[in-house]
Amino acid sequence: MFSNASNFVQGVDLTFAIILGASVFFLVTITAVMIWFVIRYNRKRNPVATQFHGNNKLEILWTIIPTLLVLVMFYFGWAGFKPMRDIPADAIPIIAHAQMWQWNFEYANGKTADSLVVPVGKAVKIDLNSRDVVHSLYIPAFRIKEDVVPGRTNRMWFIANEVDKYHIFCAEYCGDRHSNMLSKVVVLPEDEYTKWYNDTLSLASMHPGLVALKKNACITCHSLDGIKIVGPSFKGIWGRSETVVTGDQEREIIVDEAYITHSLIDPNADVVKGYNKGLMISYKEILSEQDIKDIIEYIKTLK
Amino acid sequence: MSLSIAQPISFYDSKKGLYSWIFSTDHKRIGLLYFYAISGFFLVAVALGVLMRLELIAPGKTIMEAKTYNQVFTLHGVIMIFLFLIPSVPAVFGNFFLPIMIGTDDVAFPKVNLLSWWLYVIGGLFALSTLIVGKGAADTGWTFYAPYSVRTGTNVTLAVLAAFILGFSSILTGLNFIVTIHRLRSPKMGWFQMPLFSWALYATAWIQVLATPIIGITLLMIAAERVFGLGLFDPSLGGDPILYQHLFWIYSHPAVYIMVLPAMGLISEMIPTFAKRTIFGYKAIAYSSLAIAFIGYFVWGHHMFTSGMSGPARIIFSILTFLVAVPSAIKVFNWVATLYKGSILIKTPLLFSLAFIFQFLIGGLTGLVVGALATDVHLHDTYFVVGHFHYVMFGGAGFGFFGALHYWFPKMFGKMYREKTAQTAFTFMFIGFNMLYFPMLILGIMGMPRRYYDYLPEFTTLNVISTVGSWILATGIIIMVVNLIQSARKGEKAPENPWGGTTLEWQTASPPSLHNFDREPVISPNGPYDHS
Repeated sequence: MFSNASNFVQGVDLTFAIILGASVFFLVTITAVMIWFVIRYNRKRNPVATQFHGNNKLEILWTIIPTLLVLVMFYFGWAGFKPMRDIPADAIPIIAHAQMWQWNFEYANGKTADSLVVPVGKAVKIDLNSRDVVHSLYIPAFRIKEDVVPGRTNRMWFIANEVDKYHIFCAEYCGDRHSNMLSKVVVLPEDEYTKWYNDTLSLASMHPGLVALKKNACITCHSLDGIKIVGPSFKGIWGRSETVVTGDQEREIIVDEAYITHSLIDPNADVVKGYNKGLMISYKEILSEQDIKDIIEYIKTLK
Repeated sequence: MSLSIAQPISFYDSKKGLYSWIFSTDHKRIGLLYFYAISGFFLVAVALGVLMRLELIAPGKTIMEAKTYNQVFTLHGVIMIFLFLIPSVPAVFGNFFLPIMIGTDDVAFPKVNLLSWWLYVIGGLFALSTLIVGKGAADTGWTFYAPYSVRTGTNVTLAVLAAFILGFSSILTGLNFIVTIHRLRSPKMGWFQMPLFSWALYATAWIQVLATPIIGITLLMIAAERVFGLGLFDPSLGGDPILYQHLFWIYSHPAVYIMVLPAMGLISEMIPTFAKRTIFGYKAIAYSSLAIAFIGYFVWGHHMFTSGMSGPARIIFSILTFLVAVPSAIKVFNWVATLYKGSILIKTPLLFSLAFIFQFLIGGLTGLVVGALATDVHLHDTYFVVGHFHYVMFGGAGFGFFGALHYWFPKMFGKMYREKTAQTAFTFMFIGFNMLYFPMLILGIMGMPRRYYDYLPEFTTLNVISTVGSWILATGIIIMVVNLIQSARKGEKAPENPWGGTTLEWQTASPPSLHNFDREPVISPNGPYDHS
């Protein structure tokens, strides 16, 4: 508690401390009184109970005091929350793309990364975009979380105060590999961040097909090394003969350019036998023809 | 008042054979039918819970694949919510005792009552059938959030149909109780002479009748979206996933009160009996039940503080959420005050009641933490929430159910349970329960999200403690079940009023005869808890 990792930690932890303090007080007091009554007024010690029906003053007292207390708690909760909705106009814009089961962060200059790299001490705002189901971007150390809902753009923002690395979790259940949908916030000193931000070349040394596969979360389900995750591994798949399910019919196909292209556009049409429908989205609007060509060329190399 | 007739025939002996049970319209038999069915489902869901904890004893795969784990936690939730918690107290104890406690011989619509049991059984079979037909049990969580629930290949359609059917069972029970309380209450019993359990059931029944239809239609919309491709909730078809969340929680938050309010009513019955004195603040407790039911309708948005709802909406839902805490606090204060200057006899039902108060306090107070906006943003969808609602639902409603089961065991089965064994079972359950769920609160504060099949190594120790707790709790439940089964078979014969209770069920034979009262019940003008 009371770290200084982000600009929200103090407000959230203060609220927590206030509610927790009051809660522990009530829990301990009420439990102690209850146990004391049970011992003190045990039938052996107190064979005859005293009958009385209540006390209006007490009822009023223990209605008003809790009401006031919860209103105070509400106030602190609201005060700690309010700054989370006031996004500064000059915040660095980043788009977080979520899809089963990977995070991808897109920067203003088109640079993309699978970690959230940010400069220390600067406001960063994140537009949340989901390509499939509801996810939730959660950075526990920063005390922030916002759902990533398909069809709408939610926003969150923060200022990271220390040069460090922090966990990112997906907090909204999203299927088989929900608990593996992890990433990191990497907070860099400002000059290092600027250097990183402007370095768009390092991607160029990577095969463009691999870049496309990484950027679109393909490899969270289709491994490159033969391990079965959720979809078939890309390793050795090129040119192989596979049994696929089309509608209710099984048929044999060869994994070729036509099959891969068709599977990217209409992934549920011909699903390899033994795998589930419905998990992969269509990339029709997302991948360019060149991307698809690159991907196919890259898959050819995975023998 | 007439003298009792020699040896009245109990409702067990009035008719024999399977058909005389499954087509019975006697409220006591229907209560027991519910009891057997609900207990069966409860034990299945406990077993699923133990398996989940076993999987989580270490990071990575322990005993099952991720997909299986997701199906297990979904089925655990669906059974516990729709087949155990929602029907439990009203359908078992409400059916059995409500008519007796208000001095009548049955509910208002006995045949509808039987229908609601059959709907329950059919709904339950639908839920279980998802295991064997189609492409496996649903893997969406009991919340069926769209669009995942629209897209997953698993048996979501059948699962939501099960919940749809179960909803009707719940509505009919609620309707029956409302009419019974209004129309069949003994003419000598005014509203404020009713036992507090009937007040709790009355408040609950209104939620059942008014809120349940919303979940019914919402789940049907999920089924329609899956089967006919209607674009209701899936944005790729033009739908809105946030709309689903609103519709779901408009029912499912009030449903939380369907689960806990009747159990609060049980506590209000057991404490006066074992303290041998009248309840403190009868009217405050009665009104607070109505207040909880009423305010409880308007707080659903607190499940969606991070969904992207507008700022003002979040603020309004947060303040209303805090207000609903007040009537719950009033109840707790009055229960504790009822112990003051009592003459307290420590028996298993009282132990469960005291544990209820302690655990419900933790559940309620952690509810304040997640009701506050700033802290909820951090804790939403983490293990803190899992710990919080298990404290309310299991530590509260569940423990209340078990307390009442011991309290009314002599009346329902005509035998006494073995007190010592019952207290042993209670001790295991109390320790196991807290060991299982308290670490979850800390895990949540540390940031471990819920519905996680796998977790980071720093979360291991607390997960191990929690899993060991699940074994202790399960041991306690087994001891309790064995004790109750053996006692029902070979226990000592129960007298009419073993605890010195003052409500009307203690003026019937144990077990009661078919028409409940063998002599006209005496209704005290000083209210239901007249121990003077």
